[in-house]
Amino acid sequence: MRRNGPLHELSIAQSIVEIVEQNLPANGSPRVRSIRLKVGELAGVVVDSLEFCFAAITSGTRLDGATLDVDRIPLMVVCRTCHQTFHVEQFVFLCPTCGRGDVEVVSGRELQVSEIELAEESQEQV
Amino acid sequence: MSIITIERQVLEKNDAVAQENRNLLNKHRIFTINLVSSPGAGKTSILEKTLEHLRGRLKVAVIEGDVQTDLDAQRVARYGVPAVQIVTRGGCHLEANLVREALQTLNLKDIQLLIIENVGNLVCPSNYDLGEALKVVVASPTEGDDKPLKYPPMFRNASVLIINKIDLIPYLNSSLATLRNNALQINSSLRIFETSCTTGAGIGDWCTWLDAQVIR
Repeated sequence: MRRNGPLHELSIAQSIVEIVEQNLPANGSPRVRSIRLKVGELAGVVVDSLEFCFAAITSGTRLDGATLDVDRIPLMVVCRTCHQTFHVEQFVFLCPTCGRGDVEVVSGRELQVSEIELAEESQEQV
Repeated sequence: MSIITIERQVLEKNDAVAQENRNLLNKHRIFTINLVSSPGAGKTSILEKTLEHLRGRLKVAVIEGDVQTDLDAQRVARYGVPAVQIVTRGGCHLEANLVREALQTLNLKDIQLLIIENVGNLVCPSNYDLGEALKVVVASPTEGDDKPLKYPPMFRNASVLIINKIDLIPYLNSSLATLRNNALQINSSLRIFETSCTTGAGIGDWCTWLDAQVIR
């Protein structure tokens, strides 16, 4: 059967490239300057590895040299017992107010492409 | 400067296929677990004990993920259950499309419980939904009682923790209580089973719980 990448960051980089390609203007051949990502603290993605994989697979394409601008989304949870919202430090999902662990993740799982910035010259072509 | 604003989930393609898998499995009333652990925690041994225990009680099928070999599928085949091997050839995790292909080779009308044994890895499989009902993570005290702290997303995303190899506790510096506490501070709703595939301890409890999840 088909293979995946040796690192999950490689599969993730491939998915990012696909999404960017789908959203580039059809006319001209715009180059991409940067890609803005939202990566939650609980997404399990190592940004350095992602950058490495992204650079490797985009070499020689119109995404070559594009930077990944990562917005780290904090891991926030709400306590179902006392309804306090708090930031999870060191992955301790225990409410600092009541000490219970029955909490719901409200942010921090994100893994999204939010913006694509095209290089200047492409703007003239478009 | 030209900026294109989009809001796209990076893993949307995998998630969409996973949802198709889930719908297909639900349609056939198949309860599916995604079994994950680091290499050597005892996933395949747990699987073998589970198959042995449930033999004659449930119609079980197995999808085996492995980086290189079909050794695990050979182990599972001895129990007379349908087993499909996915060899990822270096790939560190299963993805939903691989499971979809595997499902096409199984007779879904004749399955009540599907066990997907993921590639031994506590990092990558946590991002990839396969369409399972829940994730079961296997940890063992031989790996150290700090595993949950090192791989929190996996322990957060799992519903069940099997602590395997408990018969080795007397010979280790690892503490069962510490391992449990470390896991529970990440995920207080984890259902925990303590097992030994050598002595058979805890296998009955795990299988009774698993059997009860199956839709009849």
